[in-house]
This record gives sequence, structure tokens and C-alpha cells, in this order.
Amino acid sequence: MTAIEAAPARPRTLAQALARPRFLLTPWPWRALLHCAVTAAVGLALIVVAAPVYMPWVLVLGKVVSAPWDMAEYGAPAIAGFLVGLVMVACVSPLIALPLGALERLRLTFVSDGPVTDGHRTPPPGLWGWIRTRYTENATWREVAYLFLLMPIGVLVASVLAGILVLGVVMALAPLLVEDTHSVIAFGAYDITTAEQALPLALLSPLVLVVLLYAAGILAQGHALVARALLVGPPEEELRAELSEVTESRSRLVNAFEYERSRIERDLHDGAQQRLVALSMDLGLARLDLDEDGEAGRRVAAAQAKANDLIEELRQLVRGIHPRVLTDRGLPAALAELADHCPVPTRVDTEIPRRLPAHVEGTAYFVVAEALTNVCKHTEADAVTVHAHTVQAEPGKSEEPRQTLQVEVTDDGSGGADPAQGSGLTGLKDRVAVMGGTMELSSPEGGPTRIRVELPCGPIPPTPGA
Amino acid sequence: MRTDPADPGGLTPVRTLLAEDGVLLREGLIGVLERFGFPVVASVGDGEALIGAVAEHDPGLVVTDIRMPPDFTDEGLRAAVRLRRERPGLAVVALSQYVELSYASDLLDTGDGRGVGYLLKQRVGDVREFAATLRQVVEGATIVDPEVVRQLLRRSADPLERLTPREREVLGLMAEGHSNGAIARHLVVSDAAVGKHVGNILAKLDLPPDDGVHRRVQAVLAYLRGRQVR
Repeated sequence: MTAIEAAPARPRTLAQALARPRFLLTPWPWRALLHCAVTAAVGLALIVVAAPVYMPWVLVLGKVVSAPWDMAEYGAPAIAGFLVGLVMVACVSPLIALPLGALERLRLTFVSDGPVTDGHRTPPPGLWGWIRTRYTENATWREVAYLFLLMPIGVLVASVLAGILVLGVVMALAPLLVEDTHSVIAFGAYDITTAEQALPLALLSPLVLVVLLYAAGILAQGHALVARALLVGPPEEELRAELSEVTESRSRLVNAFEYERSRIERDLHDGAQQRLVALSMDLGLARLDLDEDGEAGRRVAAAQAKANDLIEELRQLVRGIHPRVLTDRGLPAALAELADHCPVPTRVDTEIPRRLPAHVEGTAYFVVAEALTNVCKHTEADAVTVHAHTVQAEPGKSEEPRQTLQVEVTDDGSGGADPAQGSGLTGLKDRVAVMGGTMELSSPEGGPTRIRVELPCGPIPPTPGA
Repeated sequence: MRTDPADPGGLTPVRTLLAEDGVLLREGLIGVLERFGFPVVASVGDGEALIGAVAEHDPGLVVTDIRMPPDFTDEGLRAAVRLRRERPGLAVVALSQYVELSYASDLLDTGDGRGVGYLLKQRVGDVREFAATLRQVVEGATIVDPEVVRQLLRRSADPLERLTPREREVLGLMAEGHSNGAIARHLVVSDAAVGKHVGNILAKLDLPPDDGVHRRVQAVLAYLRGRQVR
């Protein structure tokens, strides 16, 4: 916080108000006092409510403290009690700590300012999802720690403020008390027995009110610091920054993977395949000089046939690694090639005016290739259509308009595709999810089966001349 | 492709320009070309150099790899398309490492589609056939790799949907550069039957009967364009 923010015209938090000379003239001391009163009440209530959680430990501690010389005798029950306490903390404490945390965050806003995020994640639907999320996240266990701290804090606040209050009341009423009951009020060495002696005390009693209000302010502020440290998760901007860092590193990883694939493809094409073609050509030339029907001629012919088979095999292999046409010509051309290689008649329909980022093209190609393979392997489809087009997504609040690639593969097969049955569809979904996209599958019994994928493209610079 | 052995002795030498960046392959190709009557006047390693060398040497045939430096995409193809635009009569054969219909149609769309070839690189191993193909291209034929033709046959592109499977088969063989006689032998039918099929194909593709040879090329081009008009 900068110096300018630290001293605004009107204090917005208790800490700011406390730092000013006019503290007592603002409503803040009374707010602090109210806050402290509720803290004491909540702390004391908690001591009752949370008893099952800490009681085993209290019992063990009590035994040990009352008879420290008998440690050996209490060994086993003490350990058992300690363990039961641990189990109670593990199982029961979040159930108390979670609503307590929510209440305390609400109370925190009463004395302090700023974002109050709970730091909890959104659990998946269902009870089990909720339990798993809540019991495994930091925020829950920080709230449990707060639960244990609030009990002594409540006791401390209650006793300090009650002590000062009683002192003030006694001082204010001192003349009356001495007069009416003839009792003696002792202040250290001084015994006050007459109303004349008690009068200065009564006159001084407003000072105790000042002390009380400052004490309440300081206690409430201290408590707020503890609460903020334990109950408030990292601010949302920080979370968002972390998330975008993760997203970026993920896409760097994917890009590195794509790059590696195209490097392997290039090496195979420009290295191994070139050499094999040269070899085949040498063998072809050698055959010209050999008798076609001679032993040597036949052997060379056979060798050349083998080399040619190898070239063909390599070509097919390279295709599967990374289609060159995708890099050179983009998605529409690559999808048309895929359709050409598919035994089921495939119609491709694309509306993609510009080149898309390499990772988007790669993913879309992969999705269509997998989908077509599935169609050939698992369905009796007679026709497949592939439709791919880009759409401008609705611009967000402060964002540039974003482009999305939509790819749809529909076949007229028998349907009934189930992602739970095989890893193929799940793999597709994962691959799409890595790119921040979504995949929908619709495959009722009897067909048709439709896979629909949406991939965000990010802003795309216009291609020169396109 | 024909299987007739090429005899360099009886044929006029064709001044040839070779563009291929792989040293090993370039040496081998020069050997094959020289042997079959295609003296290599220059060999270059990238698309820019190819265009410069054509201006300098004025060759009768250009054999170029599609993928070349500096960016290893379709440099050679782009250079070939440019050359064909500037000199429609220049015979060009492009060698590709993979089947890519859009490459083939780019090249065949240049000039009137005559005197061009698109072959898979692996075809150069069969040196006789390769040489024979080059010779046909120099003579004005349009030759497309059988693998490309096979893919085209699987397509049911619009203007071709009117063709019967047999007619498509005939058109495919035409695209590979076969004469009516060769097609008849291949399909084991009479020459007359092939003639009838060809006539039907030309009629169905709306190619008016004015100059016979040219229309065959047009039919092949219609095949290739089929994918683009969809």
C-alpha cells in the first residue's frame, strides 16, 4: 500500500482509524468494541461446539498435568487419546471450521477493507466431489487452524475487556459503593474507605473508557490480522496470473511437441527417404547394364523392389507423424487429403479464410484423423461429412474479438459410440482440452454419430495478400 | 506410364535444367538424365536460382524438386508455376516426396496444362520409365503420378459424378498419359470400346469436339479441378 492510500480522507479500516489522533471521535472504537464482544461470544460458543474435536487432547493433557510422575501408567491411554484427537481433527474439524470461516470472513469486513476471497476451489458436482475437494485443499486446513486459534483469542478478548470494564465501573461507582456498603476498595497499598477519597477515582473513570476503547481497537485489529492471514485466500488476480502462467507453459509444451514432430518428419523426408531414392536410382542404372534375365540382373531388380517398398513404407509412416501438406497448405488442404485416404466416402466442407496458428491446425487435423479412423474401424457408415469453419466469438468485456475454429465430423453409421468404452475418444477430448477447447459427442443408438470440437484460435494477424 | 525402353541414340537431346537441393539425389539424377538423352545444362539448389538459370540457359525441360531451401515448403513448385506462367511452352516435371493433389492441380493449371508432369520422387528409381515420362512431357503430354490418379478416382467430385466407374477408370488412365491403344490393352477391351468411353467422357464433361488431343488434357484438368469446385 502506498503512503497516499494509507491516509485517505475518511479511514476505511480499523487500522487506519487507530493511527489517527481523532480515533475516539469516530464510530470506529464502538465498531471495534462490538466486534470484540461478538468475538468473545463466538470464541466461547466455539469452546462448546468444538469440544469433541479437542476433548481427547484436553483429557490426556489434564491427566498428564495432574500426575506428571505417573507418565508410564498413562502411556497407552495417552497415546490413544492423542490419536483419537487427531482423527477427530481430520474428520470433524472441517465441518465446524468451514461455516466458522464463512462467518469470520463476514466479520472481518466489519473492521477491515480489501478483497476477502475464501481461497476455496469449486468442487465437482456430487457429495464425494465436494468432500474430496474440501478435505484436500489448503483453505480448509487454514480454517481449521483458525478454529483452534479463535478459542484462546475469544478467551483473551473477553477477559481483557471484561477486566477493564469492571475496573471502570468500580471506579465510576466508587463513591457510592464506599458510602452505601462501607466496603473497602483496595488499590495496591491504598485503601479507600470514604467518599472523599473515592471521588477522584470516579472523576478519573472516563479515562478507563478511553483505555477500554483503545484496547478494543487494538484487540480487534490484532484479531483481524490473524483472520486475514488464515481465512483469506490469494486474491483473484493472483490466481488468474497463476492460471495464465500454467496455460502458457502448457501451450509452449504443446508447441514444442508439434515442432519436434515436424522436425522428425523433415529428417525422415530429407534424410532417409532421399538416400533410399538415390539408392533405388543407382540400382535402376545398374540394371541397365545387366542382363535382365541373368542372375545378377534378377538380384539387382529384387534389391530395387525392396528399396521401393521401403520408400513407400517410409512415406506412409511419415504421413502419420506429421502431414507435410498441413504445414505447407493449411487445414483445408490437409483435411481434403485425409478424406482422400479414408475408405468411406468423405465430404469435406471448409470455410477457413486464413491460416490458423500451428497448434490449432495440428489439433483439428488430429481430431478429424482420429474421427475418420474410428468411423472406418467401428461403424458401417456409408458417408462421412467433415465441416470446419471459423467464427468470431462474442468479444468479452475488455478483450479483442476472439476467433474460434469449429470442426464437426458426422457419419451415418449405427451410432452408440461411448467414450467410456475406449481410450480413443477420451484421448481426443484430452488433446482438445489441452488447447483450451471443448469436445461434444452425440451418438445415439442407431446413429448418427457426431463429434463437434471448438478450438479457440486467439487473435490472428491478417495474412498479407490473403 | 509407358514401359518402352528409351533409346537415347535415336532421340534428339533435350537441354535440361535440374533443381534439387539434395547432393546425393542430384548426382544420381544427372547420371540418369545424361544417360537418356537429357544433357543437364545446369543444376541448382533453390527456387530463385532455378528462375535465374532458366533465363540464362533457356532449357527445353525443367526437372524440379517441390521442396527446396530456404523454407523447405513448396519453393520448387512456386518457381515452376511462375516459370510456366512466363513461358507456357516450357516442359516442367515436378518431383514430390508425397502425394498432394493441390500441388498437382496448381501446376497443371498453368499454361494449357500441356507439357507438365507431377511425379512422386520414388518414380525416378525406375529409370527407364522415368526417362520415358520425361520424353512424353517434352512432347507435350500431361502426366500425373499414378498415385495421384488413384486418389482422384476415389473422389466423387461434382462434374465427375456423371461418369460411370468404367469411364472414370479410363479417364484415370488418360491422366497417366496412356494412349487409347494402351488403355485398351490395360483394360482388356477393344480400341473401339475405349474410343467410345473417351467420347462419352468428353461429352459428359462438356468438352466440345474441336481438337482431339487438347480435349484429353482438358478432361484430366477437369478431374483435378473437381475438388476445387466442390
